[in-house]
Amino acid sequence: MPGLLEKRRSDRDEGTIPTAGMADIAFLLLIFFLVTTTINVDTGIGMTLPPKLKPEQKPPPVKERNLMNVLVNASGDVLVDEERARVAEIRDRVKTHVLNFGEDPSLSASPDDAVISIKTDAATPYNTYIEVLDEVWMSYREIWDQIARTNRLPGPDGGTAGLEQTYSSYREYYNQLGPDEDNQIRDTFGAQISIAEPDTGE
Amino acid sequence: MASQKFQRGSSSTEPEFTTASLPDIVFMLLIFFMVATVLRETDIKVRTQLPQAEALTKIDQKRLISKLHIGPLKRGENQGDTAIQIDDALIEDQRTIRQIMYRKLQEQPKLIVSLKVDQESEMQIVNEVQQELREANALRINYSSNREGPPPS
Repeated sequence: MPGLLEKRRSDRDEGTIPTAGMADIAFLLLIFFLVTTTINVDTGIGMTLPPKLKPEQKPPPVKERNLMNVLVNASGDVLVDEERARVAEIRDRVKTHVLNFGEDPSLSASPDDAVISIKTDAATPYNTYIEVLDEVWMSYREIWDQIARTNRLPGPDGGTAGLEQTYSSYREYYNQLGPDEDNQIRDTFGAQISIAEPDTGE
Repeated sequence: MASQKFQRGSSSTEPEFTTASLPDIVFMLLIFFMVATVLRETDIKVRTQLPQAEALTKIDQKRLISKLHIGPLKRGENQGDTAIQIDDALIEDQRTIRQIMYRKLQEQPKLIVSLKVDQESEMQIVNEVQQELREANALRINYSSNREGPPPS
């Protein structure tokens, strides 16, 4: 018996692990992780909330003409400056309000003064709110697109926007900005969109 | 001249790729993707079907983001009440949001709160959460939404 064991052992050549299939295994795992990886970027509509007011503090005054009130009720109806409007109209209404340059006495005195205020009812669907907010942002986007394309600020005495070159759209300009670079278009032509204080029921 | 070249070629041993290091390369790639893959960060207990929008901005700095989910509780087929979830925990009392956010703000002063709100939610709860965020002074928010139309391929 011991002879047999010895013989068998001596018969074998040096034992090696076959590594030929290793690459296949690795590839298989690689493909699995390649497929499951989602390097997803969070997208959304960025907003800055107004800072908390002290009880005795009053919200900063805004002249009536500079303010554009957008009210959205529970069934998704929109009221722009006490007039009923469709959601699709908001974009143009905001544009005429912001780019008024003091012409119409009921609209904004200058783009820097213009404030768009959005107020919702407690039962307003979130979807409708985002739709309205998106329209307001898009009208600013369209103005910024114009600035990026022409490198000139809108208005009667529109000077240069100070860009080094023109871009096909605001998005193109935005995408080439480095992480620490200032967004010149937004700095010179800012958007004032405010979320109105909700009614406290008092 | 030509025959000489041919002869030299034939005399040498058969050339072959060395595939010995191939697994190493593949393993290196594999390890990269294994590390980069996030299978599922947190167990999301509420349904958040995000709204669609056009005027989107990207947040590239992931470490600034803190997610806040608002939506109906997932309970099998039928849906429960609207609930708020931060990280892994459901929020029972809305007044705790300010403490949680205040603490997060201490760790990350440039905090962005990403509001992942179900599109059928009502504004009341969103407003209440926003008031809490104002209490905590976490003012940078982001209404998480998807691109309109089918996702770009």
